[in-house]
Formats: sequence, C-alpha cells, structure tokens
Amino acid sequence: MLHGPAQDSGPDPASGYKTRLGVVMFIIYCVVYAGFVFTNVLTEGKAMQTIVVAGLNLAVVYGIGLIVFALVLALIYNALCTKKEREMASAGPRGGKA
Amino acid sequence: MNLHGTPLSIAIFSLFVAMVLWLSYFFARKAKSAAGYYAAGGQIHWAVNGISFAGDYLSAASFLGICGMIATLGYDGFLYSIGYLAGWIVALFVVAEPMKRMGKFTFTDALDAKFNSRGIKLAAAISTLVVSICYLIPQMNGAGSLVEPLLGLPHWVGVIIVGVIVILIVSTAGMTSTTYVQFLKGGLLLIFSTILVGFLLVRGLSTEPPSLRGAAGESLLSVPEQTTEAALAGEGYVLAHTAGDLLKFTQNGAVSWYKKDADGTLWKTQWEGAGLVNGTPDGLLYPVGRIKQIGGMSAEAAAKGTGRLNMVNFLATLTRDDTRIEQWHKKTVFDEAGVKYAVYYPKTVSGTDQMKPGVKFKVNTGWEKLNFVSLMLALFFGTAALPHILIRYYTVPSPACARKSTIVAIAAIGFFYVLTLFMGLGAATNGTVNPADNNMSAPLLAMSFGGVLFAIISAIAFATVLGTVAGLIVAASGAVAHDLMDRYGGMNLTEHQKVKAGKVAAFVVGIVAIVLGIVFRGVNVSFLVGWAFAVAASANLPAILMLLFWKRTTAAGIVASIIVGIVAALGIILTGPAMFAGPYGLTAEDAWHPLGQPGIISIPLSFLTLIVVSLVTENKRVAE
Repeated sequence: MLHGPAQDSGPDPASGYKTRLGVVMFIIYCVVYAGFVFTNVLTEGKAMQTIVVAGLNLAVVYGIGLIVFALVLALIYNALCTKKEREMASAGPRGGKA
Repeated sequence: MNLHGTPLSIAIFSLFVAMVLWLSYFFARKAKSAAGYYAAGGQIHWAVNGISFAGDYLSAASFLGICGMIATLGYDGFLYSIGYLAGWIVALFVVAEPMKRMGKFTFTDALDAKFNSRGIKLAAAISTLVVSICYLIPQMNGAGSLVEPLLGLPHWVGVIIVGVIVILIVSTAGMTSTTYVQFLKGGLLLIFSTILVGFLLVRGLSTEPPSLRGAAGESLLSVPEQTTEAALAGEGYVLAHTAGDLLKFTQNGAVSWYKKDADGTLWKTQWEGAGLVNGTPDGLLYPVGRIKQIGGMSAEAAAKGTGRLNMVNFLATLTRDDTRIEQWHKKTVFDEAGVKYAVYYPKTVSGTDQMKPGVKFKVNTGWEKLNFVSLMLALFFGTAALPHILIRYYTVPSPACARKSTIVAIAAIGFFYVLTLFMGLGAATNGTVNPADNNMSAPLLAMSFGGVLFAIISAIAFATVLGTVAGLIVAASGAVAHDLMDRYGGMNLTEHQKVKAGKVAAFVVGIVAIVLGIVFRGVNVSFLVGWAFAVAASANLPAILMLLFWKRTTAAGIVASIIVGIVAALGIILTGPAMFAGPYGLTAEDAWHPLGQPGIISIPLSFLTLIVVSLVTENKRVAE
C-alpha cells in the first residue's frame, strides 16, 4: 500500500518561505522563554517576586505574558503565511491550495 | 475526605457518558477504512480540529493536575501551564506543516517517509507505545480520583470504568468519534471553567469563605492544633520516634504525628499509615487550603471578605507580602518499627512566597537548578513529540489547515491555562483541597458553589480523561497494527485486517493502562505527565527536528537517537527520587540520584547520538 499523505493537498510553493519564517519565530520565542527560565535560575527566584505592575510580581506577569506572546506570534505567523500562499497561488497555475 | 455522589451528580455524569458513547456509535460507520479509523478520512474542519486539539491536550494533567498543584504548592503548578503552552510554539512553527506533508496515519510514517527503513519503523513504533503508555498512566489515575467523590466508588473502580468505556469507544469508531468527543469536551471545559472562575471572582477572598461556613453561618474551619513538646508531655504523650522534623507521639497506645518548626512549635498533622487514617480505621482526612490573613485588612474585615474582585485584584491581593496562606505538604516517613506513614502537615507562607516559583521547584543548589531547567526543557519540547497530538495533523485536509487548527488550539489552550491559575488559587483559599490527593482541587472548588456545577465540571473532567485516553489508545494501536504488523512485519494487511488489528491492540493497551493507573494512585497527574513529555521530547523530537533541518541525518542516526532517548529518559525517571518515594514504597533519599526530571540529560544525549551515528554511518556509506 502507499505511504504518502492521507489527503493529497497538492504542491505548496510557499513551503520554503513558511519554513524559514517558522524557524525565525521559533528562535524569537525560545529567547523569551529562556529569559524566563534563566531569570529564575540565576537570581534563585528573587527577581520573580519583584512587583512590576498593578501589584503583580514578575513571575505572574512574565508567565501570563509568555502565554499571550505565543498567541500573538501565532497570529502574525498565520497572517504572513496566508498572505504568501495567496501571492504564490495567484502568481501561477501551479500554486498550492491553502 | 468524606465525599459521596448525589443522584444529580450521578445523573449528569451518566448523561455525559451516554452522549460520548452515542457519538462513538454515530461515527462508527465512518471507520470502515484504515484512513477513516486512524485519520478520520482527513476531512475534519480546521476549527473543529483546533478545539479537538485543545480537548486532546487539556487532559487530566491540565485540569486536575495543574489546578491541584497550584492549590497545594502555589505558583510552581503554573510553571506547567507556561511550559505546556510554550510547547505549542514548537508544534506550530517547526512541526505542523511538514508533518502533515510527510505522513499518512502515524508519526512513524512521517519519520520514515524519506528512508523507508525497517529500523525506523520499529524504533518509532516502540517510542509511540512507550510515550502513549507513560501518558496514559496519569489519565487513568485522574479518572480514579474523579470517580471517588463523584460516584462514591473506590479509586480502582474509576480506573476500570474509564478503561472499559474507552476500549468500547476506540474499538467501535476510531479517530472520527475521538475527534468529535474531544471537540465537545474541549468546548465545554473552556465554557464551564470560565463560569467557575467568574463565580470565584464574584465571591472574592475571605478567611472564612462561604464554603467553610455551616447552615447557620457557623465556622467549619479545621484549624491545625498548635502546641509544644512540654505541653504534650504534661498530657501524657510519649515521644516514640523522630523522623526529621516529624515527631511521632503515643498516648495510651494511640498514635499522633506532629510537625516541629524551627522555633520548637509543634503542629498537629493529618496522617495515614498502619491501616489507620488520623488514628482510626475508618478515619477521614479533613479538607484543607485557606487564607489565614488578607494583606491590608483587619481580621474581622478579612473574615467578612473582600467582596467581588477583578482578575488583577484577585492575584494582587494574594501576592501581597502581608497575606498569609496555609499550604499543606506531604512527607513519607517510617516509624521505629519500620511502618510507613504518609504525614500531611500545614505550613504558612506569605503571599510573596505563594506567588513565585520555589516551593516544589527550588533553585538554590546546583541539582535544584538542573531539575528546574530540565522540567522547563521537557515541557517546551515535549508537546510537538506527543504521538496523540501528532496524529491529529492527519485528520485535516491540508498543511494550511494543520497550521490554522494549531493556532485555534493555542488560543483555546492559552486561555484555559490562564484560568488554571485562578482555579488552583481558588481551591487553595476555599478549603477545597484533599491533602492526600490534590488532583480533585478544581472539581471540589466547583462543589463549594453547589452540586450542579460540581457534577457538570466533574462529568466534563471525566469526559476529558475519556477523550484523551481514547486518542492515546488510537495512537498506540496505530503503532502496533500499522507500523509494527503491517509495515515492519511486512504482513501486508488488508484495510479490514488493519482496522481489526488496531482494535485488538487498543484492547491490550487499555488493559495495561488500567493496571498502571491503579498502581500510581495519589501521585499528582501533572507531575506524571511531565515525565511523559520528557520521554517524548527525548525519544521523538531530536529525530523530527534533525530530519527536517539537517540533510546529513541517516536512518541509523534516527533509530539510535530514539532508542537512546527512551532508555536515558526512562532510566533517569526509574532510578530517581519520585519513584523511590512513590511506587517503590521507599523514601526519596534512597534514590540513586537526586534528579527528578530527565530532560536536561536525555534530550541533548539523544541529539548527540543522532549526530554522531549519522556522521559515522554517512561516512561508511560514502566509503562503500
């Protein structure tokens, strides 16, 4: 039996662009996430108890911030990928389906 | 904890299970082909798939485990929320679209798309099985915890009920029914968790919340007794044994355990051991978790409560340095006769300490720092390597749909994880924590708002377990029937035979999960899932990433990295402190090493193995 994808979605000329964009965004998030981990490790937790805004400490603000930041990056990534897919689809008859 | 199901909770629970089984039956007709059984025919809409991702992912670990850990340990539990969500970034930016392009039914298909190697088929299938079983243990354990108060049944009965229902679901319908069960459950979990947090904020904070008052407004607070050794001696208590800061006293043959503070104060504990609970054969542990002092308020005002709070004020009040919260911790000790006891003792912490990392995951010594980094590494890299998450990329029609469904998942899961902080802290301050099993903290918080909300939340949590277990068993059965029997074993099964083999495999994996779920009773489910993430990140992720981004990767390199990743991660876990203090029945000090989380060693080791073996085998190939 064949071992290809369950559904053939056709060629995807934007895949190279999307891969590069994904790696860049992944690195950006990695740096911010590592910042959280190493701020805690290097200050032995002391920096995390600093009140930064509205009575909330760095641990809470940074933690919730990481969750919100992930969503913001994801939306930017999707917008850029969708734009590129449309451009490539309209550029030639061999454009991939989105 | 004296908890019994009401007719209402049993009725709502039964309704949910019936609905799940009906969905399963309804979609059974779509599972005739292998593509239907393993990948829902690749025709699920991306938005439905996104919420189903959330349903798959927001398992017992997220809802029960994280809330329970926050309820007992404060901010440390929230570290899991942060790490679990961050893992989706790896899934979205690096794995989603390529996995969809390369694979057919399983993670092994994608990994083996380039090489067509029997070794990869075998190693990846074993990895899928191991990770799925590691992930199944906490789900089954969580199911047992839920059933105890919901239906008034023992833990082991709950585990068996889940096992049987899931085997029934998976062996009737496969991925299509699993997807719709997850969609329904993911959506309901988000809605009712939001409602629960809304109720909590309207109630506000109080040192004597309504949940701790009787019908006539009297206080039901169970305040731990505070005394001294001299006072106890005066009452005829005899010090029988000292286990660190825990002291065992006897008085006319009756046992009591006390926790000694640095200033000599003794606190009466709760304990289980020698067939007794708090001193009697049919004794009960009383629920714990309260705010002792609200920063900036007098004792009288704090007893009346803050009234309605917004989300920021709720967290800010709990963060104040003059707020005091009573946490309950557990220690396993042996007395002078070698009898094992689980002792639960109170510890008052300031808001500052409650709301920062450091109760469970301390970062003062080198080992502690290593453990913390290791945990955060495994959570970050584990998500994108979980087989039951990866197979969901094959249920949508295109790579773009895979991407969009991942973004829906990030939005839904991220929102839920913010709520976990409120539900956990709510349980910690409303007297709704079972000291022996903190997994029920969120449902018990719901119980403090009435039986209906408790029944609905518990039923959703149970459906959560059902859905996640079903997804895991589909992944594991795919590994056996599709990867091992058909592709590795070269049995050339027909479509019908492959579906049948998958169902038999689902039955066997289900039985294994039931047994392990009973063995691991009482261990926090999120902590257990952390291990599954570590094994997945060590075994699968190096292979996926290097295959995508390093052209010199060879089949032998992939096989070696998967095997080394599994062995290293499992080896460190099985010889570590949590296993010795838990299932082995010893103490954490007996462990071979102090490392609780394997990721910091096993993930780089797996990467290194892949690189070295690939370079060696590539050179051999070139030489030949």
